[in-house]
Amino acid sequence: MTTQAMPVAPVGRMLWMETRAKFVARLRNPAFTVLSLGLPVMFFLLFNAIFGSLQAAPGVSTAKLILVSYATYGVGNVMVYNFGIGLANDRGRKLDLLQRATPLPPMVATLAYVIGALIFALLSLILLGVVATVIGGVRLDVGTWLDLTWRLMLGSFPMIGLGMAIGYGTSPNAAPALANMVYLPMLFLSGIFVPLKQLPSTIQHIGSVLPTYHYAQLAWKTIGLNDESTLVALAWLAVWSIVLFALTIRLYRLDQDKKFS
Amino acid sequence: MLGPNGAGKTTCISVLLGLRKPTAGQARLFGLEPTDRRARSRCGVMLQESGVPDTLTVRELVELFGSYYPHPMPPERAIGLAGLEPQSKQQAGKLSGGQRQRLYFALAVAGDPEVIFFDEPTVGMDVESRRLFLQSIRDFSKQGKTILLTTHYLEEADQLAERIIVIDRGVLVADASPQEIKSRVVAKQVSFVTPASLTEADFAGLPVSNLTIEDHRVRLFSNAPEALLRELFRRSMDISDLQVVGADLEEAFISLTHQAEKKMEP
Repeated sequence: MTTQAMPVAPVGRMLWMETRAKFVARLRNPAFTVLSLGLPVMFFLLFNAIFGSLQAAPGVSTAKLILVSYATYGVGNVMVYNFGIGLANDRGRKLDLLQRATPLPPMVATLAYVIGALIFALLSLILLGVVATVIGGVRLDVGTWLDLTWRLMLGSFPMIGLGMAIGYGTSPNAAPALANMVYLPMLFLSGIFVPLKQLPSTIQHIGSVLPTYHYAQLAWKTIGLNDESTLVALAWLAVWSIVLFALTIRLYRLDQDKKFS
Repeated sequence: MLGPNGAGKTTCISVLLGLRKPTAGQARLFGLEPTDRRARSRCGVMLQESGVPDTLTVRELVELFGSYYPHPMPPERAIGLAGLEPQSKQQAGKLSGGQRQRLYFALAVAGDPEVIFFDEPTVGMDVESRRLFLQSIRDFSKQGKTILLTTHYLEEADQLAERIIVIDRGVLVADASPQEIKSRVVAKQVSFVTPASLTEADFAGLPVSNLTIEDHRVRLFSNAPEALLRELFRRSMDISDLQVVGADLEEAFISLTHQAEKKMEP
């Protein structure tokens, strides 16, 4: 048989099956669903009940600010934990080794991971939206929801980079702790949990360079509570994406060298 | 591929699959680099250490791995070959150790490949799982498939293989049919007592090795104990307390690798 006559499987079907498997595997993992779907909803309900009736700015209720903030937190959560803990676990149980020996191209596996995470993020957004509308009584119009959705999806790439760097750089035992230790302070310093203006000015300065800060700015634009323009926020997020993906590629190569040299 | 622990079996498989780069020489799969997707599309793999997501079911995993290949077999058939029909809807995390190994077998055959690589597939299996598993391998090879299996059990290699390659410390020690390997490896230990005063010269020309004579107790190894005893009886030798026992496989195996070592020494 000549090499020309050696068939390979269609990449499209492979990508679909791989994406579906990744998504279903995450959905059935209670620890992951609680972190990604449960926590944002719970925090939203809690803070909305306490502060929801205040005014964040003339004409904008704090309830809307809290909703958009926890939507941002939720989508970021999916990315950081999906890739951080998920990849570390896959490496720990040597799924990556087994898949490497199959005809599945590594790029397809990675792409499936990203698409699966985006779908999961969308799910978290829909869940929060339904809970906010039905239980919280906070209404955003459809246009605002759509605006928020594309911003949170596109802006989440640095969070994917951060998650991947954690996933390739740590062990399954260390990944959850490291993800929390890095990601949670970032959220605090970016004004997602506590309004940034209530924090000391040095902390505000640190906060304003973080990817989560610009991610939140991108989201708050939908309710007119942003401090920087969409373009500036996107530029910052693009730079952070480059930095974090460069770090990811470095850590990935180190891991591969350790395994496959 | 037979060899004691640490012989280099896993390393060899890893090189053949393109998971590790050889420090010297080259590996080819179907005339291609082992990392080539066209070559990999014709190979199934079961690695010694590997895992799958715990929350996916047997059937979902078999379908998933099948989708990596151009002409997968129906998932039911792969599950059937592995004897996992009752567990088809169970999540991988809830399988027993033996069932898990059989799941990896199902994943290896899911793409209906021409060649399958198994790295120590029966390690950690209970007796029943092992029996089912060896049966699965036989069924699969009957379909004209090539199976490369590593093991440190001579018995397992003997049951399954048409050709056995023995390696030790990364060096090829033997490459022959099971019958031939066995004749070189599986010696029987023979011991008896005789009133006659024998010397080594009395056994010249007989199929005997490692001969020891202490007073009137004779101990020796033989690959053909029946022929040996027939000859001794023909000489009307007075023999009592005769024992013929199979030599320990592990010991016999060590003797084979030692033979090879002696050959290599100048």
